[in-house]
Amino acid sequence: MLEQLLLTVLMTSVPLIFAATGELVAERSGVLNLGVEGMMLMGAVGAFATAFGTGNLWLAIIVGGLAGALTGGVFALFALGFATNQVATGLALTIFGTGLSGLVGAPLVGHAIDGLPQITIPVLSNLPFVGALLFSLDPMAYLAVALLAGVAWFLKRTRGGLVLRAVGDNHDSAHALGYSVLRVRLLAVLFGGMMAGLGGAYLPLMLTPHWAEGMTAGRGWIALALVVFASWLPWRVLVGALIFGGITIMQLAGQARGWTVPSQFLSMLPYLATIAVLVVISRNREFSLANFPSCLGRVFHAGK
Amino acid sequence: MNGSPRPAASPPQDALLTATGICKHFGDFTANDDVSFSIGAGEIHALLGENGAGKSTFVKMVYGLLHPDSGMFEWRGAPVVIRNPQHARDLGIGMVFQHFSLFQALTVAENIALAMPPGESIESLSDRVRAMSSEYGIGVDPDARVHNLSVGEQQRVEIVRCLLQDPALLIMDEPTSVLTPQESEQLFGVLRRFAEAGVAILFISHKLEEIRSLTERATVLRRGQNVGTVESRKKTSKQLAEMMVGMAVGDIERREQGVGQPPAIFEISGLSRDRETQFSTPLRDISVVARAGEVLGIAGIAGNGQDEFMEALTGEWRAPSAAMITVDSHQIGTAGPARRRQFGIGFVPEERNGHAAVTSMTLADNALLTGHSLDNVVRRGVIERAQMMQMAGEIASEFDVRLPEDNPLASSLSGGNLQKFVVGREIIKRPRVFIVSQPTWGVDVGAALFIRRAMLELAAEGSAVIMISQDLEEIFAISHRIAVLYDGSLSEPVVAADVTPESIGLLMGGSHSMDEART
Repeated sequence: MLEQLLLTVLMTSVPLIFAATGELVAERSGVLNLGVEGMMLMGAVGAFATAFGTGNLWLAIIVGGLAGALTGGVFALFALGFATNQVATGLALTIFGTGLSGLVGAPLVGHAIDGLPQITIPVLSNLPFVGALLFSLDPMAYLAVALLAGVAWFLKRTRGGLVLRAVGDNHDSAHALGYSVLRVRLLAVLFGGMMAGLGGAYLPLMLTPHWAEGMTAGRGWIALALVVFASWLPWRVLVGALIFGGITIMQLAGQARGWTVPSQFLSMLPYLATIAVLVVISRNREFSLANFPSCLGRVFHAGK
Repeated sequence: MNGSPRPAASPPQDALLTATGICKHFGDFTANDDVSFSIGAGEIHALLGENGAGKSTFVKMVYGLLHPDSGMFEWRGAPVVIRNPQHARDLGIGMVFQHFSLFQALTVAENIALAMPPGESIESLSDRVRAMSSEYGIGVDPDARVHNLSVGEQQRVEIVRCLLQDPALLIMDEPTSVLTPQESEQLFGVLRRFAEAGVAILFISHKLEEIRSLTERATVLRRGQNVGTVESRKKTSKQLAEMMVGMAVGDIERREQGVGQPPAIFEISGLSRDRETQFSTPLRDISVVARAGEVLGIAGIAGNGQDEFMEALTGEWRAPSAAMITVDSHQIGTAGPARRRQFGIGFVPEERNGHAAVTSMTLADNALLTGHSLDNVVRRGVIERAQMMQMAGEIASEFDVRLPEDNPLASSLSGGNLQKFVVGREIIKRPRVFIVSQPTWGVDVGAALFIRRAMLELAAEGSAVIMISQDLEEIFAISHRIAVLYDGSLSEPVVAADVTPESIGLLMGGSHSMDEART
């Protein structure tokens, strides 16, 4: 029973890990993309349509990632190419993604697919308790953690990661050193879009195997909050996503057991918790701003 | 000057870098007009000129950040087009920027790695940094995070970063503007050692004394033109200044105060402010008085609490207790800027563009922004346009603000003219207390002189002037008393005539008492 509960916690946090890790990379390069929700929805509808049409779940994952990256590309075109205001462009992207995914997904409503299979790792999965919990998950859960680890390593250990952090910290200096600020940011935004798309794809492929309009239900916004919660450090994203997944499942379990608290209040809990955590974190500026990318959200003009 | 055409001083036999007839235009503005110049290996060469004379434009072209419209560079005798900074570094040209180009959130070693060709590990680079710092006595810790370093330390990081690339030519853009006199001397020692080792150093500055002590030749730019290359030590500072400005330079006279202590008008007692972000400085128990008829100079290097202190003075940040700041014994510590103005305080913050003035608004609108609570320009919430225009016109004529058109946008004025306007806007109201930060930062010599005179006249009429400035020459030119802001603490003020720039420099570098500094 407990294993089952914890397993659902893990699964609830997977989309958040994807989306928040992607947004973290974009933000470390100095781009604030508030369109995560829209990119997730495009990934979700792309993945579901592919899975429904072809029955190929692997292809569905790939299409989900591509749909997210493509939506991120729209953001990059405006925010980087035309140097528009990032906040406004991001909000517009969310509205755009919500609308377009609803339109594309309209004929898909009411259909169901088979979810992703579990991957059972031999030997390890026979371990008591942790075996079921950690070593017989679906492939996307492994992918999420692997990508998170990859991002952590990339940012800290590689020259590419160093350049990305430098661009986010001071784009004028990076430009003066001869680095292409816009190219770095373009790649970061596309990566962020792909990750959001993968996170979105996980919803119809794994969590609830059907398509519903707006099915991300604010997860994109929570992913944005998680990046701040994580103070721009990848591993803290994992912690934050698990906490959030835990609260979500707790309230669901509570509703199932007929707690006397109104269900609307319980549904509110994850979002309340997000706000509460952000407030607490923001009080300690030293901690919360240590890795803050100073150029976050600032438009870069070359040749000044 | 002796009317000597360029280049007067003998050029080095084999020039490392030669520029011939370099021109650069930005729209209608000619930043560089037919500039020719040469520098040889092992030479320390000054590039001298006022703000806006075209020094930065010229070196940016040498470093590949800008490209000349016409003219030619030769590197080691062969013509070259310097495409970008990477290309410049490949040639052997390094540059230390005036406004640092360091990444605050990264470590020293990471900052250096970004400027080096890829392939070397951070660890091996750190070892090379340590080796270089001990060899040349430039203290730099490769593992430190840049935002924890002082300005002087950050500059050393920039220098080490340049030197590790083994440059043949090192360009330094106003390197001493952020240093104490002692730190400057230390820097000169390092530069001389590199020159002896054969590195050419192009040193940009407008500080004449240091140019005469450090460099062999100086090239003077004025309005984009090379007005002569001279042997630095054969000219007096005054001669160099006249070459820069193109006319005789006036002097400024600080009238000493009479005996007896004039009454305190403005008083700060026990003002403290917590550290709010990792980049800010806390204020520590500051107490000081400003007296009628004096200019109180607040010296200090950038980042020692100037911004935080200025915000506390203007009311942009409000003190926890009203009694911490008093004017004419009214307690105003918790009052906002508009309320403080009603008590006869005038402010001019450091940043002209966007803080002291709204650049996208006209001068008349800008005049209204600080005049609304004092004059009759607003009646029952409605702006009296004629009054407002008249007020702006008076400021412009009394403070010699040269207008490109009637009631122009603030952004269309040059730095010096806009600064004269924002200073004039306050002084014309004859404030009891006038508080200003960096009054002549980045303005030309003529405007600076005008502004300083206006502040002295205001003080002579019985007002108190508090001037926060990082320019030690300016502090000594017009202050009657001087206090030093260091790491958020303000030293006891001393009478300017009793101290030397060197002793104030010690305090700016962190010595603890005036007794220690007063020698």
